[in-house]
Amino acid sequence: MKSKNLVKILIAIFFVFSTTQSFAKTIKWSMQGDSLTLDPHAQNEGPTTMVSRQIYEALVTRGLDMSIGPQLAESWEATTPKTWKFNLRKDVKFSDGTPMTSEDVVFSILRAQQRTSDFKEYISTITSVKATDDYTIEIQTREPNPILLNQLSNIFIMSKKWCEKNFAMAPQNWDAGQETFSATNSLGTGPFKITLREPNTKTVFKKNTKWWGDVEHNLTEIHLLPIKNAATRVAALLSGELDVVTDAPVQDLDRIRSSGAHKVQSTAQMRTIFLGMDQAADQLRTGNTGDNPFKKKEVRQALYQAIDIEAIKKKVMRGQSEPAGIITFPGVTGYTKELDERLPYDVDAAKQLLADAGYPDGFEVELRCPNDRYVNDEAICTAVVGMLGKIGVKVNLFAQTKSKHFKELKDNQGDFYMLGWGVPTLDSHYVFHYLYETGASWNKVNFSDAEVDAAIRVMEGEVNLDKRNAAIANAWKIVRDNIAYLPLHHQVISWASKRSVDVPIRPNNEPLFRFSNVR
Amino acid sequence: MVMLVVAFVSFSLFNFVGDPINNMVGEETSDEERAELRETLGLTDPIYIQFSRFVVNASKGNFGISYQLKRPVSELISERLPATIELVLVSALIALISGTLLGVYTGINRKGFFSDIILAISLLGVSLPTFVIGILFIYLFAVILGILPSFGRGEVVSLGYWTTGFLTLSGLKAIILPSVTLSLFQMTYIIRLVRAEMMEILQTDYIKFARARGISERSIHYKHALKNGLIPVITIAGINIGTLIAFSIITETVFQWPGMGFLFIQAVQFVDIPIMSAYLVFIAFVFVMINFIVDILYYFIDPRIRVKAEAVSG
Amino acid sequence: MDNKNLTLLNRIKDSDIYFSFIKSPTAIVSTLILIIIFFCSFFVELVTPYNPFDPSSLSLMDAFTPPSWTEEGLAKFILGTDGQGRDMLATILYGSRISLIVGFSAVIFALVLGVGLGLSAGYFGGKYEMIVMRLTDVQLTVPSILMALLVDGIARGIISRELHDEMAIYVLIFAIGISEWPQFARVSRAATLVEKNKDYVSASTIIGVSNIIIMFKHILPNIMRPVLVIGTIGLALAIIAEATLSFLGVGVPPTTPSLGTLIRLGNDFLFSGEWWITFFPAIFLVILAFSINLLGDWMRDTLNPKLN
Repeated sequence: MKSKNLVKILIAIFFVFSTTQSFAKTIKWSMQGDSLTLDPHAQNEGPTTMVSRQIYEALVTRGLDMSIGPQLAESWEATTPKTWKFNLRKDVKFSDGTPMTSEDVVFSILRAQQRTSDFKEYISTITSVKATDDYTIEIQTREPNPILLNQLSNIFIMSKKWCEKNFAMAPQNWDAGQETFSATNSLGTGPFKITLREPNTKTVFKKNTKWWGDVEHNLTEIHLLPIKNAATRVAALLSGELDVVTDAPVQDLDRIRSSGAHKVQSTAQMRTIFLGMDQAADQLRTGNTGDNPFKKKEVRQALYQAIDIEAIKKKVMRGQSEPAGIITFPGVTGYTKELDERLPYDVDAAKQLLADAGYPDGFEVELRCPNDRYVNDEAICTAVVGMLGKIGVKVNLFAQTKSKHFKELKDNQGDFYMLGWGVPTLDSHYVFHYLYETGASWNKVNFSDAEVDAAIRVMEGEVNLDKRNAAIANAWKIVRDNIAYLPLHHQVISWASKRSVDVPIRPNNEPLFRFSNVR
Repeated sequence: MVMLVVAFVSFSLFNFVGDPINNMVGEETSDEERAELRETLGLTDPIYIQFSRFVVNASKGNFGISYQLKRPVSELISERLPATIELVLVSALIALISGTLLGVYTGINRKGFFSDIILAISLLGVSLPTFVIGILFIYLFAVILGILPSFGRGEVVSLGYWTTGFLTLSGLKAIILPSVTLSLFQMTYIIRLVRAEMMEILQTDYIKFARARGISERSIHYKHALKNGLIPVITIAGINIGTLIAFSIITETVFQWPGMGFLFIQAVQFVDIPIMSAYLVFIAFVFVMINFIVDILYYFIDPRIRVKAEAVSG
Repeated sequence: MDNKNLTLLNRIKDSDIYFSFIKSPTAIVSTLILIIIFFCSFFVELVTPYNPFDPSSLSLMDAFTPPSWTEEGLAKFILGTDGQGRDMLATILYGSRISLIVGFSAVIFALVLGVGLGLSAGYFGGKYEMIVMRLTDVQLTVPSILMALLVDGIARGIISRELHDEMAIYVLIFAIGISEWPQFARVSRAATLVEKNKDYVSASTIIGVSNIIIMFKHILPNIMRPVLVIGTIGLALAIIAEATLSFLGVGVPPTTPSLGTLIRLGNDFLFSGEWWITFFPAIFLVILAFSINLLGDWMRDTLNPKLN
């Protein structure tokens, strides 16, 4: 102990100039990945939106409590079931000082609808948007749209003049590797502006002094320093080089808590992790039985009941998960506790079900997993492989990086795969529209049910909330009874930070630094 | 000539390893869009035209766009080049200076207790993989003692095209752990080389003469012997700059050093061909330059050195 | 038969190598350690009842059991278990087997290629020799790790993913081996040059013995000593190179982890208190490489003082 201190002192003397305390309040923030592009319409992806959210704003937005409130729009009303009128704030300026008007808003919504936009599906129901005066706009939807505000909260507003000047009228074409000014530069109305951008290394945000809102933070700068390796990220936090980590590894939470200078915040995330099984293919691509066992509900149920989710929660997630019965979570319209009940873990029952279905000796299949997307994704899959092995299903694990995993999944290459689903709109429709509707873009289990499809139509057009809720409840019951997917758990996220740093945690894992303070 | 061969290899990488179009676009891209992109990229031209275009582009530093990061490779490389060069230079200096000092010491005091310790540690140093040393250092200096940063370059100052970490305190602190980690392997190598040289030279006639003339031991060791022993060391060290660049891949991964090695290892995992081929061409260029310089050195220095160097490295 | 063995044994006993071996405690200790490690790795099924590669035999609830001598340790898991409930000792030994297979195969590959080229280059001389030696120069300037990464990168691009996992180990052997052959080539060429001019070789040539027989029967035995030294040191280098590549994530697939893969996986638990998951594979790797290096060092001093 003594010699350790001696070394410490010696080296401290060696770096006698090291502590240059400045009055600037800076937060050093780290997570595994970086924003892919600064163009706010080019990529609909977690870290990308997290960065955009600090510098860009939308008509409406979700606050700390996740409820929708005004942002660039002061007020709004639906003048007819399909027409919405938004009154814009009159005091909003972009960070270069130019005022924001309805022209910019109309331009941005149209921009987000273009072919190269990754948000076009969000606002596909918008048929027209026009400015009625400098600070009022009118939006027409194809059908009555009960979730328009949810959708608009993700459409960021850019400056039309800036885009014109910098040839950024259309969103960056990410797939074709297009380079645009807007991908590496930004001009928003938000509380911060980016002054330095070194992708995957360092991004510096400075306080936007021209911001219209009431300043509730005391920051002058935010430095985003992505660190890919989890152990290095924790080491950097513990050694004081970082102030906040928004994806602290679950196994290190105790160590971080015990350091005295650090704290951990956890909350149930708006994301459910589940496994999908292709129920349509006549033959598994990676199977050994010549047919597709997943077509039988008994097989799907056998796999379900063979998974010891409590063991995964305890050992893999270190308690940081909530076992799930459906792919949605508390707070989303349509969620109930009863639906979220799991079928019991029962190895014998699972073996029996498998035998009843005609596979007493099990079968072989490949499980595809991402290894850098969800909390301990690969470890969960490894655990599942062992558990299914116990009922005779030989699972070959194939874990790879998220971009390849998702791309190949979309290419219909998976028999059995892991996926996580968040619900940014906080409405069950978002889940059904993407995961259960016949032919939906992420319905890679190829589930198809006419009754569910009909219910989805009701969710989209029905303004009577009771009728709409009944349709949602019915749809959940059908997909749950069918075991269309194997739900695993709702993710719990943990942010670790210095005690002196307050960054309030949010269930969508998106920090809002405008509510952050450093002591 | 060598460069042309390397250029061809990396060109083939680019063209024949996977379909570049498939690597660039998503699956929802239509066939017409694919054909259009193929046309724009000139992938429909005959091979020799494509190759000459590749060489012309490469000589201008244009290697296309990274599949994964969607940014021009030349930009990525030039952004990360300074970090790697600074790391390698500092490590080379550490390895050279401390390696020479320890080598001379063990060469002179052949049987001493400290010599044995130094040699044993140097053998252990060869047996310890670089990444294990790196992890150990992070754990010790960054986590337990909390005195040195564990990742990145600290504050960097931008000087035109170059960014340097030498001008800020945090930058200097940040380079300590990675550069020491990187230098250890080279250092053990140089210790052994210098020791062997010293032992050999101390046996030579002219040292014996010097002793006979009554010149002090100190002067013999450092003025006469070391001077002669250093020439091959410097040449070998020059060649080993290449090795350091390659090993920086590991160090950069462990310490999240934003250099080219880190870029390259990610490129290998993603099969990001443009980055891989550019890195290949760059490394080949460095090696050709180093070999060229070493060849010139050989020309000026006694040709015996070449034979000796081979024996040592064997 | 017995007689022959006896004479061989006697010959070994009388040799200077044996004498210097029993005089050197480091050589004896390192050889002993290596014998134990080799035995336990290659006959791991006899040493431990666990098979860490059979997922259905594992229980997740066993995960993160600390070593047996600690408070929460269990006697059945001497070195504790990893995050999947695998017994650490068994996992390390199975991993060490893969590391050793890759190491040995890579060295043998390099040895055959290097000695073959070096021997023939020294023997035939001329343009052929020049080309081979130029090749070794070029190869020597390309660092092994870079070579291996490139080979792996290209292999990933060319062969399909399913094949790649199966092929990974061969790709790795090739990648590491290809960067070590020049050492063998240089030494065997140099030794061949010396031997070639001796009278018995000229005599054999005159009486019409074929080149191949001369090379393999007469010259080869004379270069075995330096080749053995380089081979031993090369084995340590190859094992470290394999561990490094696996640590970087481009080595063997995680389903059949080598020591490097185990260290990489365990690295995630370094701060969470489960130190044994990364510590034991790392210390095992270091002991293995250190013992081989000690032995190699001793061999270099004894067998071939010129190389020192």
